[in-house]
Amino acid sequence: MSRLRRIAVKAVTSVVVIVAAASVTFFAQLAVPGDRANTLMNLQTGQDKKWSVDELAPLNERFGFDDPVIVQYLDYVTGLFHGDLGTSYTQKRPVTEVIGGQLLPSLTLTGAALLVAWALALGITLLTVKRGRFLTSLGTTWEALTASLPHYWVGVVLLVVFAVQLRVFPIIGGTSALGTVLPVLTLAIPLAGFLGQVTRDEFEQVLQQPFVTTARTRGMSDLGVRVQHVLRHAILPAITLSGWALGALVSGAVIAENIFGRPGIGQVLVTAVNTRDLPTVSGIVLVVAAIYVVANLLVDLAYAIVDPRLRAA
Amino acid sequence: MTTVDDRPVGRADRVSGTTELLRVENLRVSFGATEVVGGISFTARPGQCLAIVGESGSGKSVTARTLVGLTGPGARVSADRIDLAGADLLHTTERAWRGLRGRQIGFVLQDALVSLDQLRRVGDEVAEPLKLHRWGNRAARAAKAVELLASVGVPEPEVRAQQRPYELSGGLRQRALIASAIALDPPLLIADEPTTALDVTVQAQVLDLLAASKERGTSIILISHDLSVVARLADEVAVMRDGHIVEHGPAGQVLHDPRHDYTRMLLAAIPSEHTRGTRLSGTATTVQRARRQVDRGRPVLEARHLTKVFRGPDKVDRTVVDDVSFELFGGETLGIVGESGSGKTTTARIALAILEATSGEVLLRGEPWSALSTDRRRPLRKQVGVVYQDPLSSFDPRWSVGRIVTDALATGRRPPSSKTEARDRAVRLLEQVGLTGAHLASSPLRLSGGQRQRVAIARALAPEPSVIVCDEPVSALDVSIQAQVLDLLTDLQDELGVSYLFISHDLGVIHHVSDRILVMKDGRVVEHGTATEVFERPRHPYTRQLLTAVPRLGSA
Repeated sequence: MSRLRRIAVKAVTSVVVIVAAASVTFFAQLAVPGDRANTLMNLQTGQDKKWSVDELAPLNERFGFDDPVIVQYLDYVTGLFHGDLGTSYTQKRPVTEVIGGQLLPSLTLTGAALLVAWALALGITLLTVKRGRFLTSLGTTWEALTASLPHYWVGVVLLVVFAVQLRVFPIIGGTSALGTVLPVLTLAIPLAGFLGQVTRDEFEQVLQQPFVTTARTRGMSDLGVRVQHVLRHAILPAITLSGWALGALVSGAVIAENIFGRPGIGQVLVTAVNTRDLPTVSGIVLVVAAIYVVANLLVDLAYAIVDPRLRAA
Repeated sequence: MTTVDDRPVGRADRVSGTTELLRVENLRVSFGATEVVGGISFTARPGQCLAIVGESGSGKSVTARTLVGLTGPGARVSADRIDLAGADLLHTTERAWRGLRGRQIGFVLQDALVSLDQLRRVGDEVAEPLKLHRWGNRAARAAKAVELLASVGVPEPEVRAQQRPYELSGGLRQRALIASAIALDPPLLIADEPTTALDVTVQAQVLDLLAASKERGTSIILISHDLSVVARLADEVAVMRDGHIVEHGPAGQVLHDPRHDYTRMLLAAIPSEHTRGTRLSGTATTVQRARRQVDRGRPVLEARHLTKVFRGPDKVDRTVVDDVSFELFGGETLGIVGESGSGKTTTARIALAILEATSGEVLLRGEPWSALSTDRRRPLRKQVGVVYQDPLSSFDPRWSVGRIVTDALATGRRPPSSKTEARDRAVRLLEQVGLTGAHLASSPLRLSGGQRQRVAIARALAPEPSVIVCDEPVSALDVSIQAQVLDLLTDLQDELGVSYLFISHDLGVIHHVSDRILVMKDGRVVEHGTATEVFERPRHPYTRQLLTAVPRLGSA
């Protein structure tokens, strides 16, 4: 009973978050200086001048700019519930169509980056936490270094070293498996450093816990203790942060996609911002918000699986 | 010499107490330049219990860990000899240690919520030694875990095996820990403070469990800070201090006819019915105190029919405090004793008016106290002080001792008018609680547990209260420090005439300090009377049960 209720509460909250994000982007559009129809006309004609009311009338009519703000807002939000994100100013196609084709490559990129980041972080943690001075400092240095690297720098270095110099990977790989390797690493390496730092702290704490001693007094090996007892406790903070990280990866993807010339919503976003295609920009913001919401729901779920105490609470 | 991964010693060999199972000669352990164990020797025999007793920092736990090869990183261990059933433990590889742990040596830690892995099922935790030593298949191990839980007296073992440690009470968790340690029936069982966090009745049950294991021929090494706990189980007692065994002999002799001053001091420091009205610390001979005056006029603090109901997350109301009434007179100590969950701390919080009662009222000097609004109560706050179990968590760790005390002075009846006056009065308070002005600049983090509790008492005294609520004020302290703090509290009462509402789970402590006593169980007061009435002529069956469960030196 209470479990169903909790799920229901979560679902309603998620919808509220998305509508709130939509509202913010909607009012942000209004706050952009200048008349929207005028901007649009300039975009479409490639000129930069002040158009007369008559000239702008068809555009105002088509996009409903003349309606009271509240009506426009309600139309927009109602549209959202029907899966209508508006029409792109520049491409004159529904925004859903513009984003739709590019969404999958971006999701593949971010999802793969998250998995690789986790694998790197856990591997390094398991092998280096409290494993003698040398290994420990190697691990902490690696994490501090990689966590502070900006995506664009990692991307460019990987591109120059592995694609241009060593020619192991294609420079422009599109969405092929081989071409995905470098963009994924670009996103995964800094995130792995960050997740590793968080996991290492927790890992060190958990290694001091009495239940770890209990396990050792039963005859368990050091690696056994790490894998079977400590790891499960130590990944909890990293799970929490993964929800946030997935969102951050989407913005990181914008950079990676540009560096490697990879299709994705990153490319679409950059073009839309440059051309002031506001409906497309809002649409992408909404999609990212939705990804955040879904990611956090998944985090809650994963957390409850790893730590059953939360199910009882 | 047998190989280390041999099967446990046969039952027939261990029932007699003659053969040695473990022999330790001249064991030394140091961390860096600090020697924590300085050359100790002892033996353990089948069917016998050796108790190693000492206060914190005596090296007793390090000794226990060394016997399972888990002294810790950076430790240097040397000895003339450590033999277990003929096998040399001193020159054992890590791999061979893994074969010994759990199979030849079982280890039981203190019950803390964290001694079992919270994320795993109790059954898996109990069966882990079986799995590690490749005993049976998965199904057989699960069945054995249930059987083991049943053998240590866990009710509904099938259900418990499926639950996780946080769903079990402290007593059940401790039983599960023991079940896991004896899963492979190791000939040697080391128990490090196995009953420390437990209520007395549960403590008695756990000790009985260890005694049963001893009867079956297991050799037990019991590590404890508590001489009276040891009395129930030990055949031999070794008293440790600063890494050395200062006294070692048969339990009866060590506990009743101690040769060493330190053992005598430890025994004298244990509060009990015999120590009422005497000093616990300082001298070896008992000093009788003068009876202090209790003012039986108007009560200083009066609770009328207090009830507190908490609504759980499952929407079920639980009555935590149920119709509790008491009167506390000037210069008097009223003890509230009960086990965990009895409602004693909730009662204290209501008395302090930091928690609102569902119904009932607390009066301060006959005037409304709990019924006042927060704003109207604030000026009266200085009349009621409080001392908690863990002073450190009630201090701002960045504040110096001086700031902690002067801050409390400023809220008092006579706020100091100048910085110099505040400083002088703070020094006087510190001297009153046995510290000096030199402690003004110290950080509480650098003080010992006893010194911190003295600072907490100085802070409670600063506003010149007429009542101090003491919530388990000595529960976290070593017995010798506990004795000093209890003496300090009684001295201050004699000097200042302050009243104490004294909450404790420890019947010995309560008996030692209290004029009158409330015994609480499940939120209700089941017995109420003077200390003599309650302890010598208990009327309620629960009080009698508590009194039988209390570990006593006399039972050795």
